[in-house]
Amino acid sequence: MDKKLQPIIEELEKEFGATSTEYRGDASLVLPREKIVAACQKVQGLGFELLSTLSAVDYWPQQEPRFHVIYEFTSVSMNLRFEIRVPVPGINPSLPTVTHIYRNANWRERELWDMFGIKAEGHPDLRRILMPADWEGHPLRKDYPLGYEEPQFTFNFEEIDLRKPYAKE
Amino acid sequence: MPDIQEVTVDDLKHLVSEKAIQGETMLLNMGPQHPSTHGVLRLLLELDGETVINCIPDIGFLHTGIEKNMEAKTYQKAEVMSDRLDYMNPVGNNLAYSMAVEKLVELDVPVRAQAIRVILAELTRYQSHLVWLGTAALDLAAMSMFLYCFREREYILDVMELCSGQRMMTTYIRPGGLWRDVPVEFEAAVRNILKTFPKRIDEYEALLTRNPLMLDRTLGIGRLTGEECLNFGVTGPMLRASGVKWDLRKTRPYSGYEQYDFEVPTRPEGDVYARFLVRLEEMRQSLKIVEQALNKLPMGPVRSNNFKFVPPPRSEIGVSMEALIHHFKLWTDGFNAPKGSIYNAVESPRGELGVYLESDGGPKPYRIHWRTPSFDNLQSIPLMAKGVLVADLVAIIGSIDIVLGDVDR
Amino acid sequence: MGVEQKLGNMGVVTTTLEQAVAWSRTNAMWPLLFGLACCAIEMMSAQASHYDMSRFGMELMRPSPRQSDLMIVAGRVSRKMAPVLRRLYDQMPEPKWVISMGDCASCGGVFNNYAVVQGVDEVVPVDVYVAGCPPRPEALIHGVLTLYEKVRGIKFADVQK
Repeated sequence: MDKKLQPIIEELEKEFGATSTEYRGDASLVLPREKIVAACQKVQGLGFELLSTLSAVDYWPQQEPRFHVIYEFTSVSMNLRFEIRVPVPGINPSLPTVTHIYRNANWRERELWDMFGIKAEGHPDLRRILMPADWEGHPLRKDYPLGYEEPQFTFNFEEIDLRKPYAKE
Repeated sequence: MPDIQEVTVDDLKHLVSEKAIQGETMLLNMGPQHPSTHGVLRLLLELDGETVINCIPDIGFLHTGIEKNMEAKTYQKAEVMSDRLDYMNPVGNNLAYSMAVEKLVELDVPVRAQAIRVILAELTRYQSHLVWLGTAALDLAAMSMFLYCFREREYILDVMELCSGQRMMTTYIRPGGLWRDVPVEFEAAVRNILKTFPKRIDEYEALLTRNPLMLDRTLGIGRLTGEECLNFGVTGPMLRASGVKWDLRKTRPYSGYEQYDFEVPTRPEGDVYARFLVRLEEMRQSLKIVEQALNKLPMGPVRSNNFKFVPPPRSEIGVSMEALIHHFKLWTDGFNAPKGSIYNAVESPRGELGVYLESDGGPKPYRIHWRTPSFDNLQSIPLMAKGVLVADLVAIIGSIDIVLGDVDR
Repeated sequence: MGVEQKLGNMGVVTTTLEQAVAWSRTNAMWPLLFGLACCAIEMMSAQASHYDMSRFGMELMRPSPRQSDLMIVAGRVSRKMAPVLRRLYDQMPEPKWVISMGDCASCGGVFNNYAVVQGVDEVVPVDVYVAGCPPRPEALIHGVLTLYEKVRGIKFADVQK
């Protein structure tokens, strides 16, 4: 871990009751979801201007917690980077929004809702972003099927040809 | 024909102001099929006369499910998808993916492979900026630029084809090194580029930089300050055109970028013209890096010899039983990566291209998330579009240099 | 037609109506300026200086579907895009043709998943499929010339039915 990052991580650990881990030189903090807004404000105040990314991991079939929401912070002024992970339960998943702190969280949280069904509470405009508005399900969840269709080869050409819905003029 | 509701103006009605509902201002739908949206971007514009009051982007028309599809493939096979993500920068995507896998399984890359990676990544950056210059200038009605830029782009694609056999989707950079060494003609082809291209950049400058039409259309349009950029997650040339000197190649060097001497161009203005100047200067700097890397291109292997993760050379399979077993295991089962998660970012032509990779100890990525720069860069468009004319909005979209594959994934 | 060279300048050219129509259709076929993904860049390359598709009467890309005869579906078609694509096709005037450019448009390509339509022929009827990921500009030009052969072969008697 970077020497300049060490005190920042320790400070966040103390203030928010977080636990930190290190893997391949990258620092990572686990926070309870109630504290994420206060933590984001603090982190931005410490000089991490850029929210690099915001995404989630689905640990289905594990339910408690089912998701980990990941925030990657970058500091342009200090040239540092670390991540915060927020566990979110599988039933009625939600977490408070950070759009008022990092404005690019807007689309990222919409993507979180679209792809994982995790609601960002207090988001100004929470609707699907990548999938059509009337799509059912949240594609990046692990219990959502990939939607694989059988490819057409020489040996099964006619069989698939018969049931393939070709378009008309 | 999939039975899905078609997009209409109505589905975004709640976002426009009361005036538009009453009919005082006009709602105009721009895209998804529009020549100046650079792909399938859809914008809903609220107009007062010709002034944009409100601009609401709607994306997802090129959503390909790349992240989900990569999670269903082994580490080697998943790489094929990464090219098609940001299709103007296939080599950079391969580099980001390969570096993420290398970081996860702790693979070392030989120095020759690193130097060739840098050469190809910089040529791809140049190529991407060429397409940007051609199409963005075309939006400003400079038709000839399009023809010039695509003429030069063919030289770079020839180099890619020489190395990998493919023009665009090369998949040449693999975890642990390269697919194979470059052919003997490689150096001459790159030298030819280095010889001719600086003069060509001067030509573009002569055509555009002091062109009064260009200045009228771009000066002071689409201003963003440095703080606004960072708050919106904007990276890459757009951030540097707003006066923030942030380039991952300089600040967090990877793949041996620290050995090369190059400048990170910045401009304080933050408008469309500044972005144009920054990108043009970046093209010159790319050539500078390529020249240095080519001059001291070291000899040696181009693939790691850790055969647990990297397939052994083709020639060894016939003579070594062990190599045959490794080859068979790698291409049937793949390799098991250790449990853990990493985030790794490289500088793509559009900004910070990050890969979040999580492994559960199996042969497939448990979760792969692409932090694509265009996604965040495009988010700033409502801010920039406020109060400009529709014609200026076209210039602004051109200056962001969006690639919709990068936005929608 | 070459009749003038053989017979001298008589001021009259004789041909069948079918041939005349096919000639006019194939020598000024206006494609729709419609790019989706990676293949769109190769389509632009085919239009630009190095490959110059205007040699085959296709220098005019029409951004409006109402002015175009040919739709080149260049790239993967997502489920969200499919209704838009169909609407563009419906807006094109008859006679119209479709080239499916690239593997993704033809059969889904490497993207066999929930988001991508597995072959654009489920959305619009396709005349020529061009293979490749992405196809080289030469391959696209070959696809266009194959389409020309098809158009030249159209008999009025068949169209009436």
